[in-house]
Amino acid sequence: MLDKVGIAKRIAQEVRDGWYINLGIGIPTLVANYIPDNINVVLQSENGLLGIGPFPTEEKVDADLINAGKQTVSMMPGSVLFDSSESFGMIRGGHVDLTILGAMEVSENGDISNWKIPGKMVKGMGGAMDLVASADNIIVAMQHRSRSGDSKLLKECTLPITGIKCVKKIVTDLAVLDILPQGGFQLIERAPGVSVEEIENATAGKLIVDGDIPEMKI
Amino acid sequence: MISKVVNDADEAVIDIPNNAVLMLGGFGLCGIPENCISALLKTGVTGLTCISNNAGVDDFGIGLMLKTRQVKKMISSYVGENAEFERQLLAGELEVDLIPQGTLAERIRAGGAGIPAFFTPAGYGTEVAEGKEVREFHGKQYLMESWLRSDFSIVKAWKGDTAGNLIFKGTARNFNPMMAAAGKVTIAEVEELVPLGELDPNEIHTPGIYVQRIFKGSDYEKRIEQRTVSN
Repeated sequence: MLDKVGIAKRIAQEVRDGWYINLGIGIPTLVANYIPDNINVVLQSENGLLGIGPFPTEEKVDADLINAGKQTVSMMPGSVLFDSSESFGMIRGGHVDLTILGAMEVSENGDISNWKIPGKMVKGMGGAMDLVASADNIIVAMQHRSRSGDSKLLKECTLPITGIKCVKKIVTDLAVLDILPQGGFQLIERAPGVSVEEIENATAGKLIVDGDIPEMKI
Repeated sequence: MISKVVNDADEAVIDIPNNAVLMLGGFGLCGIPENCISALLKTGVTGLTCISNNAGVDDFGIGLMLKTRQVKKMISSYVGENAEFERQLLAGELEVDLIPQGTLAERIRAGGAGIPAFFTPAGYGTEVAEGKEVREFHGKQYLMESWLRSDFSIVKAWKGDTAGNLIFKGTARNFNPMMAAAGKVTIAEVEELVPLGELDPNEIHTPGIYVQRIFKGSDYEKRIEQRTVSN
């Protein structure tokens, strides 16, 4: 079973040289720490920055330079600043190569729920609906089950939807899965020490297991 | 050229009436018009509709205007940092329209650019789509969204000149340029106000044609929500 860092490390293996990438808040943000040195990517922050640098040193903290999680960040050589409509133009126009975000639920046809729990405080969707509706390449980082042990990989989402038929790949604490165009979670890899049976038991939606399933190399 | 300079925030917002529709720039607390928010607290204007990506925090930004009950309705994409907001919302004292962030940005841009409606994929198949026209283009489904315009847009820039030309700094640009264009009256508060000719025309982000009033702000706190540093 993987911890959050393990999930981030496995997703980092999907990243290719030269890509522009938007990272969501939480586990996706951690992915940046595990991209190999020989792979150069440009991180997009939807509040108007391409080329997010590391967190600044105390002396260089600038209130006018934050990421979409409202954390202070730095810029790098080649960084560029723009306004919010330009930023979402990039996203909507399909110029971002990879979007990595978290989810509360994913369905077997690629629907995702991650913005609202009815009856609890509604915080808003921020940029999530724009990102999932526009990106061709979306990887979801999530826990396979809820804290109470219920599967979060479902036949249909039960929570309000953020976007439909958009998720292509999921990395959980238990497995890597692709969502097939015709529907279904195709099991690609098992987390270290996790059996196919455990993944079957933790997946409420349709799980497709073809042949031997290799263990992830982290 | 006519000078658009006013003395201060109090003079800039003096004629904003009850029930006005305002746009306020900023993402989180980054690039918000701090001086004008303070001035609006003093005028006591009420019934405001505020279009802003966020609603501030409890004791800063638009959160201050929520506390004084000056806001009737918020139109935002994310409002999760504010307990007083949550209380008023659950008590039915505040109306809220939540809009996907890119749709919000484009609706404001469209307002300033004279485009009454456009199609976007964001929100298709979700509750955001309820009651909206759906149309298929090139095999994909899109929602029709309408422009947003304001009675007063209040923006914050880094540098400005007496003609209202503006330059923003860092990620404090965010929603400010589109809001400047979408206001019937646009008020700009700036950290540095310079004479005509001092700004390099190549580097101006917002042309002064969109700005009616400008003043040099003071005492910027620029509060940071998440101070993250590396060692």
